[in-house]
Amino acid sequence: MPFLDFANPSRFLAFARRALPWLSGASLIAFALAIYLATAVPFALYEQSQTILIMFIHVPAAWLGMMGWALMSVSALGTLVWRHPLADVAAKATAPVGAAFTFICFTTGWLWGRASWAGGGNLPLEYMILDARLSSVLMLLIFYLVVIALVRAIDEPSRAARVAAIFTLVGVLILPIIKFSVDWQQGKYTLHQRESLIRADGPQLDMPILITLLVAALAFTLLFFTLHLAAMRNEILRRRVRSMRLMQARELAEASA
Amino acid sequence: MMNLGPHADFIVASYALTAFVVAALIAWIVLDYSAQRRILGDLEERGVTRRSQRKSGA
Repeated sequence: MPFLDFANPSRFLAFARRALPWLSGASLIAFALAIYLATAVPFALYEQSQTILIMFIHVPAAWLGMMGWALMSVSALGTLVWRHPLADVAAKATAPVGAAFTFICFTTGWLWGRASWAGGGNLPLEYMILDARLSSVLMLLIFYLVVIALVRAIDEPSRAARVAAIFTLVGVLILPIIKFSVDWQQGKYTLHQRESLIRADGPQLDMPILITLLVAALAFTLLFFTLHLAAMRNEILRRRVRSMRLMQARELAEASA
Repeated sequence: MMNLGPHADFIVASYALTAFVVAALIAWIVLDYSAQRRILGDLEERGVTRRSQRKSGA
């Protein structure tokens, strides 16, 4: 059972050592291909709106920011219900990576919105466009930062893990809110376009753009898992350092007693 | 050079920002790894072992 094998941190470290070069190589190749495709798309397809180039970053970042929280929720169940020894290592390692992708999603979305929603004008206030989609993504970013802060504020890892897990499971409610924020009261609370990829009548994108988007999404996903695996490895090492220091302190205390 | 149209600044800003965030994340993870490895090496040099290592006689 591979799932149980990975419960052993030493085995997980061996797996990470083998997998990381492959994962990082695959991400590099996928990014090279995505950049090639983005520049090779015939520009007539962009129809005067070259801002669609932002989509190749914005949409994968949005998927991964949300997937990160979903992964943390599964890890939270792993911590609270199954007590899997690596579950909270996985959750703790996801938070900064998920936060970074959510931040990319938010800022590129805000720039894109500023470019295509705001008519013009130089008032600084116009840079503060916050519609329902942007606000809910900003909320997800804040949730990530709360998890990072909680884990750092609580010294004892297993207590920190439980508190963060409970917060993560409550925070999972933000995912449907983000998803449906563009459908509720379209035009009143949001300027964001509706889903154009996963639709009953098929994707509403031109083929070259669709393929570029999918390759870009693959590249960012590979990057996400490369970084996540490397961050998990760091966290396991950090815990070893902690337990060795505790051991050292105990020995010093015994020696002086 | 591609013509990025009237919103070139926004497109360039998006790509530059993403490159910066990803580079910072990679740098942090790589530096963190070497820091943890260094501390572990120091502790092992001073003869500190984990309980699991002791049981196996390592």
